[in-house]
Amino acid sequence: MPFKRYVEIGRVALVNYGKDYGKLVVIVDVIDQNRALVDAPDMVRGQMNFKRLTLTDIKIDIKRVPNKKTLVAALEAADVKNKWESSSWGRKLIVQKKRASLKDFDRFKIMLAKIKKAGVVRQELSKLKKETTC
Amino acid sequence: MSYKFHQFQVVGRALPTESDEQPKIYRMKLWATNEVRAKSKFWYYLRKLKKVKKSNGQMLAINEIFEKNPTTIKNYGIWLRYQSRTGYHNMYKEYRDTTLNGSIEQMYTEMASRHRVRHHCIQVIKTATIPAKLCKRESTKQFHNSKIKFPLVFKKVRPPTRKLKTTYKASRPNLFV
Repeated sequence: MPFKRYVEIGRVALVNYGKDYGKLVVIVDVIDQNRALVDAPDMVRGQMNFKRLTLTDIKIDIKRVPNKKTLVAALEAADVKNKWESSSWGRKLIVQKKRASLKDFDRFKIMLAKIKKAGVVRQELSKLKKETTC
Repeated sequence: MSYKFHQFQVVGRALPTESDEQPKIYRMKLWATNEVRAKSKFWYYLRKLKKVKKSNGQMLAINEIFEKNPTTIKNYGIWLRYQSRTGYHNMYKEYRDTTLNGSIEQMYTEMASRHRVRHHCIQVIKTATIPAKLCKRESTKQFHNSKIKFPLVFKKVRPPTRKLKTTYKASRPNLFV
């Protein structure tokens, strides 16, 4: 099984540990075997260990160590934000965040919606059962 | 990024006497964990080079030196003199890092692991930022590639915070990327 996601300049990665947890960052250069120089539009360019990064499928086209303006322009051109939020991984993270930030009233509303949905499904199921048994 | 070793600029001279009204002022850049240690190291080195001790000298200035460009990657060459179990040796090591303090810290940890040399047995002779063409070590030269590309072969997924760490897990980890 060959590798599909490589550490390369322009690879978009998700931070999975530490202060910047959950952020999407771009690998801008490789320092050595364990660390990369990493940049994002809202953070100072810094180094990060590969252990703290999970590579994504998204890769943008940049030269080695671009300045902030070029990086932001390249991110816009590749439409990373929309690609990420429409990917199944990105969508899952958004749903997780939403669920974690629910208030009690929101959870109550969800409970009612779930009961309603289950009621509708059960009605359909009983209709189908009647058709097959009768 | 907090580093254990900070770089200090220490300036001192011997106390003025009747025979020498304006003694020469000496400046040194060295690495220490804090200012107190830096001052002590300064006198240690100065004693070895000139006939002056802390008791007949005065400290004029001590400033911490910070990295000018901590967002660019540089190749650092470090010349050091260390004491092994059998004698003193000189060494030249290369590191790739964003800051000089980071590469010095790498050097200390590498000397401790590879040669069992503790940090008080190491003297940094000289450090320099080396342009990529002049690097000597293959392990730094292999990263001098503008189209560098490699896969992360073993990816162990860690809990995102130390709090969620458990000693026992129900299933073995999946190491595939």
